Order: sequence, then C-alpha cells, then structure tokens
Amino acid sequence: MPEKPKIAFYWCASCGGCEESVVDLAEDILMVVENVDIVFWPVAMDFKKKDVEAMPDGSITACFLNGAIRTEEQEEMAHMLRRKAKILIAYGACAHLGGIPALANQFSKEHVMEWAYDKCPTVTNPSRTRPQTSYKDNGRTATLPAFRNVVRALDQVVDVDYYIPGCAPTPALLKGAVVALLSGKLPPKGTTLAPDIALCDECPRKASKPTDVGYPEFKRPHLARIDPNLCMLAQGFVCMGPATRGGCGALCINGNMPCTGCFGPTSRVRDQGAKILSSICSSVAPKDEAGIDAVLEGIPDPVGTFYRYGLAHCLLRRKVSLNDSAEVAAK
Amino acid sequence: MENGDSKVRIGFYVCHCGTNIAHTVDVASVAKYAAGLPGVVVARDYKYMCSDPGQDLIGEDIREHGLNRIVVAACSPCLHEATFRTATARAGLNPFFCHLVNIREHASWVHTDRAAATEKVQDLVRAACGRVRHHKALERKRVTVRPEVLIVGGGIAGIQAALTIAESGKKVYLVEREPTIGGHMAMFDKTFPTLDCAACILTPKMSQVKAHPNITLWTYSEVMGVEGFVGNFKVKVRRKPRYVNEEVCVGCMECIEACMYKQPKFDDEFNQRLGKRKPVYIPFPQATPKVVLIDPETCLHFKTGKCKQPCIASCSRNAFDFNAEEKIEDVEVGAIIVATGFKPFDPARSPKYGYGHFPNVYTSLEVERLVNASGPTGGEIVMRDGRKPKSVGIVHCVGSRNLQTNRWCSKVCCMYSLKLAHLIKEHAGAEVYNFYIDMRTPGKGYEEFYNQLLEEGVHFVRGKVAEVTDWAMTPEEEGKLVMRVEDTLAGFVRRIPVDMVVLSVGLEPREDSQEVRRMFNISCSSEGFFLERHPKLAPVDTATDGVYLAGACQGPKDIPDSVAQAGAAAAQAMALIDKGYIEMEPNTAFIEEKECSGCKSCIPLCPYTAISFNEATVKAVINEALCKGCGTCVAACPSGSIKQNLFEDVEIFSEIEEVLANA
Repeated sequence: MPEKPKIAFYWCASCGGCEESVVDLAEDILMVVENVDIVFWPVAMDFKKKDVEAMPDGSITACFLNGAIRTEEQEEMAHMLRRKAKILIAYGACAHLGGIPALANQFSKEHVMEWAYDKCPTVTNPSRTRPQTSYKDNGRTATLPAFRNVVRALDQVVDVDYYIPGCAPTPALLKGAVVALLSGKLPPKGTTLAPDIALCDECPRKASKPTDVGYPEFKRPHLARIDPNLCMLAQGFVCMGPATRGGCGALCINGNMPCTGCFGPTSRVRDQGAKILSSICSSVAPKDEAGIDAVLEGIPDPVGTFYRYGLAHCLLRRKVSLNDSAEVAAK
Repeated sequence: MENGDSKVRIGFYVCHCGTNIAHTVDVASVAKYAAGLPGVVVARDYKYMCSDPGQDLIGEDIREHGLNRIVVAACSPCLHEATFRTATARAGLNPFFCHLVNIREHASWVHTDRAAATEKVQDLVRAACGRVRHHKALERKRVTVRPEVLIVGGGIAGIQAALTIAESGKKVYLVEREPTIGGHMAMFDKTFPTLDCAACILTPKMSQVKAHPNITLWTYSEVMGVEGFVGNFKVKVRRKPRYVNEEVCVGCMECIEACMYKQPKFDDEFNQRLGKRKPVYIPFPQATPKVVLIDPETCLHFKTGKCKQPCIASCSRNAFDFNAEEKIEDVEVGAIIVATGFKPFDPARSPKYGYGHFPNVYTSLEVERLVNASGPTGGEIVMRDGRKPKSVGIVHCVGSRNLQTNRWCSKVCCMYSLKLAHLIKEHAGAEVYNFYIDMRTPGKGYEEFYNQLLEEGVHFVRGKVAEVTDWAMTPEEEGKLVMRVEDTLAGFVRRIPVDMVVLSVGLEPREDSQEVRRMFNISCSSEGFFLERHPKLAPVDTATDGVYLAGACQGPKDIPDSVAQAGAAAAQAMALIDKGYIEMEPNTAFIEEKECSGCKSCIPLCPYTAISFNEATVKAVINEALCKGCGTCVAACPSGSIKQNLFEDVEIFSEIEEVLANA
C-alpha cells in the first residue's frame, strides 16, 4: 500500500480562526483524514517541535501555515517547515497578507510594548516589567522568543508555494485545495487558490449599484441601518468588495455587512488599499476641499478600513525603521 | 509577434540638442553610463538626434546590431516622440518599442549644476531602459470617418466654412439658432476699413448657402446633443416650428400685409428693438431662408385663439401650418465646426455711461441699425426723442480692458468706432468725438483708415470717460449729455456736451457657452471663449478630435479674421474627412472581460465618456475610439482589471524601481 501524503498544520501570529476553519470541514474532514497522514498539528494533536526536526527535509507533502510572523520563534518555525515541506501554503489572511496583526505595523515595537505592558488602561504593572528574551532565576534560565520590529506575511520570510485567502478561509477553499493536492492537479506556483475576480462578480446586490455613484457621505455599519437589498457602496458604507478577490460566496454581504477585504486583492493588484482608495476617493461627490474633508470624516480609520488585512504588504514604507533588523531586509 | 521571444537588445541615443542639453548634461558620460546598463547593445551621443543623420543612426543600428528596443534621451515626447517612433518603424521595428526620455525640459533646462543634472539623467535613462524591456508591439487602429460636416452657427464664420466645404463636394449641415443666417454681420451697415456695404458682400454668400446642393440649412434650430467621437458623431438637432412650411413659402410677404395687426406693434429684435414688427414677420428683407415665421408669443391666434387668421387667406401657396410641432433631426457627421459667435457687452453693467437711463445713449450695434438704409429709420440718424444729433460722443472700450467687467481687449471696437464716426459724420453732419484709451488699429489698411478719420475732422480725446451725465453746469450744457473725461494728452479734466452717446461695446462669450462647451466636449479659456488646442500651432483645433472652432466664439475677431479662421477650420475638417480614416494612438485602456467584476467604479470617472456598462455581460466596456489614454480608469479600477497599453503595471513599476535604484 502506497504511503499516504503527509500534511502539517501550523499557526503563528493568529487568532485560531484558521484552525477552526479546518474543523469546519465537518464530515469532509473524514475524507481528509482517510487520505492523508497528519504529521504535525499542535493545536489538535500532540506533536513536539523535535518530531518535526527529526523528519527528513521535503518529507511533508504540504504544510498549511496560518498566522503572520512577528516573533523569532515564528520565524524559526516558518524556516523549518519550509525545509520539511514540499509545498508550503500560506493559509488565511495573516499568513497571506499580514492580516489583523500587521495593523501593528503602524506603530513601533517600543510603542506596542509600552501600550501592552504599561499604558493600556486594563494593565496593572507597577514595576513596569517588560518581557525579556532570557531571564535567570535560581540558576535556571527561562527564555522567550524575540519580538521583531514588524509583522510580516509568510512570503516576506520564506518562499511560499500557494496562498489560501480569507479571515478565515472558507471550508470550501480548503477542501478544494486538499482535493487539488491529492489529485496532483495544482496550478502554477504562487497562485492564490481562489477565483481571480473581484467580489462584486458574485455579489447578490451587484445589480443594485448605480453606474454613477458619487459619495455624499460615508456611514459606518454600526451607526446606521443597512438596507438588506441595496449595494453597500450605493448606501454609503465602505465596501471592499470591488477591490477584493471573490470566492467567499459574499458571506459578509449575505450577513448584511460590507466586505472588509479579507480575501486580499486580485493577482493583478499590488496594493489593495491603494486601489480601493483611488477608486472610492475619485467618486467623492463634493469637489471642494472642505466638502471632501467632510465626506472623508465618515472614514475615521482609513488604514484600518482599507488596509485591515494588507498592511504588511502595503507598498508604502512602514512607520518603523527597517534598518535595525537585518532579517527584515531579507525580503 | 516581432521580437517577442528574442532577448532584449537596446539601442541608446542621447541628444546634445545643440547646446540645449549638452551645456548642462555631460552627454558623453551619459552614453558611457548607458552602455553599461543591462540589455544595452549600442549607446551613442549625437548633436541633433532629430536631424536626418541622427534618425538614420537608429535605423542603421537596428539593422546592424539587431536592436529590438530604442531609447532616445532628448526633448519632450510632445515634440519628437513621433519622429523617433517613425524612424524606428522605418527600420522595420514596431514603433512602440521606442521610448523617449525627456532630458531637456526635465533636466538641462531646469538645472544649473552639471554634475547633479548628469546624475539625474543617468537615473532617468536607467528607468527608461528598465521599462522599455517590457514594451510590447502595438498596432494603431483605423477608424473610418464619415464625410459629412456639421457647422454650428450661421454667422459669417459658419457661412464661410460651409461654402468652402460644400464647394469641395462634401455634405454640410449648417445649424443656426435664429430664423435667418447672417449673424452679426448682417446687422452691420458698412465694414471697416474699406467701407463696403456689409449686406452687399454678405447676402450673396447667404443665398449661395441656401442654394448649394451640398448644404442642408436648418435655421431656427439648435443642436440638442452630440454623441460619438471623431469621424462618427451622432448629432440631434431640434427644429423649432415657424408655423409656415419652409419648403412652400417663397417670402412674398403678403401675409405680413394681411395680418390682423395693421401696424407693426412688437419690438423688432433684428433692429435692436429700435423698430417694430408684426407677429408674422421676416427678420430683414434679405433674410435667408426668405421665409416668414410666426412668433407665438405675440400672435393673436396663439394668444387668444380668436384670430380670423387673414394671413392664411392671403397665402396663395397654402404655406401656413398652425399645428406645426418641433421636429428632431438625427444626423451623423465626421467633423464639427463650432462657430457660435459672440455676445455684445451689455452696457447696463457699466451704469456710469447712462445706458437705459438716458434715451440718447446707444450701443454701437444700435447705431449700426440706425445708419443702415434698411434699418428702422431708413438710414437717417434720428434719436429716440426724434431729434437729429448735432454732436455725438463715441466711448471706446465699453466693458473691455476693465477689471470690473472684462479684462480683455475686444479687438474690433477701435476700428468699428472709427467707422461709425465716419458714418455719423457723413449721415448727420454732426461733430463726432472719439474717447479712447489707446487707439489699436493693427491690420491691413487700418492705420490708414485712422489717419483718414483724423483728416476728416473727427475729434479724438485720449481718456477714459468717467461719466455721462445730464447735470448741466453751464447754459451750453443744458439739455445735453455731458461727457466727463480726463483728457490725458491735454492734461486736464474736460466736460464735453453732446446730443448722442454711442457706447462701443466689447465682445463677450455667449451666455450659453458653458452648455455648448459641455455638449461638444471642448474647453473654455478663463474668459469663457472656446479654447483652441494650441494658441499658435493649432488655433482652430480643440482638445476633442474632430471638433474645430471658427470665428468669435474662440475670441474677439473682426470679419477678415473670422473668415480666415473659418477657412482654416474648413481645411482641417476636410483634411480629416478626405482621408477617410483616422489612426488611433494605441496607448488606450482596455478591460480584460473575464477579470472585470462589473463593479462600475470606472464608468463615472471617464472624462471622455468612453466607458459604458454592458447589461448583457454585466461588465464594463471601453470604446477604444473614444479613449484618450488618460489612465484615470486604470488607476481607479479596484481589481486591476483595466490595463493601458504602454502603461502596464510592469512597465511603470520597473521604471520606478530603476529610477530609485541608486536612491
């Protein structure tokens, strides 16, 4: 009997939602388990790092790695799994684009630490203790991985073969990827395993968008009633749909919420946020500066709105300096 | 596709442009630098790349070294992109493999530091070599051009253009808003400086227009909308009802005689409201077409429904049709000439001259009618109070050269003021004073005419009239209009009492020029006159291909200038339609249909309305013939599904990466 393909799942800077999406395969997970050997899945099964270290390079058929890369340990695991796996798949928005964790790239490492261990109102830390990479106590040394200056997407750390987008990816995308893996019918390296057309294409509200939408104001979804049948943009809610890869089945729209862009841009776009910005801002109705400013006040957090998942891959330079971190310059 | 699969072999040329570039940029070291860039096979500097030997260099190198990319560092692409692309094409290489780097306007002319300028040029050259490797072979597409021309406005400019084009055998649609063609020129009595009668030289041309088999004349009509693009415009024309069948009426004017109103009762617009007309009327005896019309605002039948309509009974040809309705005509044309003319300045906006307040203050156009033999007074200068003036003051620059009204010089007022001075003196024997700021008489025979007037005893006072008043300070001023003016040559303030004041009003854009501009998709200068593509080298073209300008709608002009410009516009239109096709530059945007999500973001952004939404495919579609390659939609397409030839992402990003490589 031929050996079953070996599959690994791993998580880095992530929320765990991507792991949930694997479980969300429901009965299909039986098909997966039947056809593959899961050799590494720390969240669900008991494996140790040394087990993976012991495997020969290239012995894992495919590794699904979710989460962004922020710490030294995540970096090390990414490098190791890259060596051990024939196919490395960036799974979910954080591995794909940096995701929510990459929003921290608006702030310096010091700024992040200061907030998390001192300034945040819910923190009680009178001694202002900060995490150290090593700490000696009674002759024993405890260590923590180093915290890097920036959050990176997986392909900014190691070479990535495929991307499965989404926060989290839908079970259908995962199933499709596994079936493609098992059948050996994989697209060219570097492909994002989702349709390469923007969400509007599959949006049930597409027909309700007028050809000449000029934005007199922008509303935030939690502050206004959303018409369940009308195009979000036509109602003045920022919807990332036009700049976001489809393939989710318009899940958020069907839940009467605008698209937030988690599937990332199409293959033709280098910077999703810049693209939707140039599109939406070109159609702001007022033409005078004061009027434009008034409309844009409806988007109080443009980075969080337009770069919610894509800040690690943003074309613009990060606010933090890249110079003091050699490993960042690697990509 | 040519050279599609072979390795990139770049030929690089840097131009000295005499000393224009070489003075500030070390061209030899730029060539040396370029020679070391990846893919560059040949790198040369040459004194004048645009000269024949310079262009030949490119061809020889393409043949000898098998070049498949050309980079020329010289002047602006506006000047010589076409030159070098053509030189490239002559050697058998697709012209779009040639790329121009502007190192004159962008480097040598704007810098003084030779070393820094040279370094900047090296960066620009590296960027060009980086982008040109991604260039693709592109083809210019041909679009057929319809042979018909639409001319909007039937003044002298429109008439001249129409006749020129019609004579060449092309079909012309001439659309005029008023019931007759002739425009302002038809209102004039004589023309300067030759004093030949305006009607004598104009009306034969008007008749020619009417009779010409190649001209379709639609008077009392307006263009409602224009769609399409150069060579293929679709135009909608609204033809207002005259209530008289234009094909049947011969202009015998029996009906005017028969009208229920025995005396003319209503203001005559053609005579500047100085005379009266009936509800059924003809603007003036030589009106073209010579067809009467009914003004429904004043006609008893339309007002009360209770007229016996003797006009109908008087018409032996049964031409009346009181049920006539407005007609919409749809025509397709290849080119459009806009000749919508001007509006005279309304002197009520400068109250100091008393127009509208003192009955004996006239505009120059009113005086044209007063001195005209077919005008309301039969050519006799009789004022509104019935008197004949013994002294007349003519005020130049009314509304013109003034920060409060119009800043520009209206160009024709000095000359027509001289003409009116001559005519008033001749008709009324009055003393005539001309109040001028500067006498502007450039033009053939114009200065001579001025000298003639000086000899005729017309008074010239150099000074801006401060006020026209009836407040008499001396017995001689009683009952007169007093012109208060600082005589800047004599050096004191004068009060000159006159019987009649003539205001030489300036020329303005028409009130609806903004709507007209939008309809034809052309631009206006800040004053509101239509904007030519280039003030010197493309004076009758507009920014929209296939739309040309003639006459005073482009700026104040006298008759000779209008006629000359109309001829030029006609020539441009004929050059376009006679060729029968146009070649479209291929730097247009295009949509990959399978990539478009149909989000419609691009559609409202296109300044040329080139993008539409296909309801069947639910995708956006770009009409390449309308696309000007501005790139707005390309930047705005949120899913990157619109691309633009010569500006694909890979080309632009390579250029940026290379230009910043040493930063």
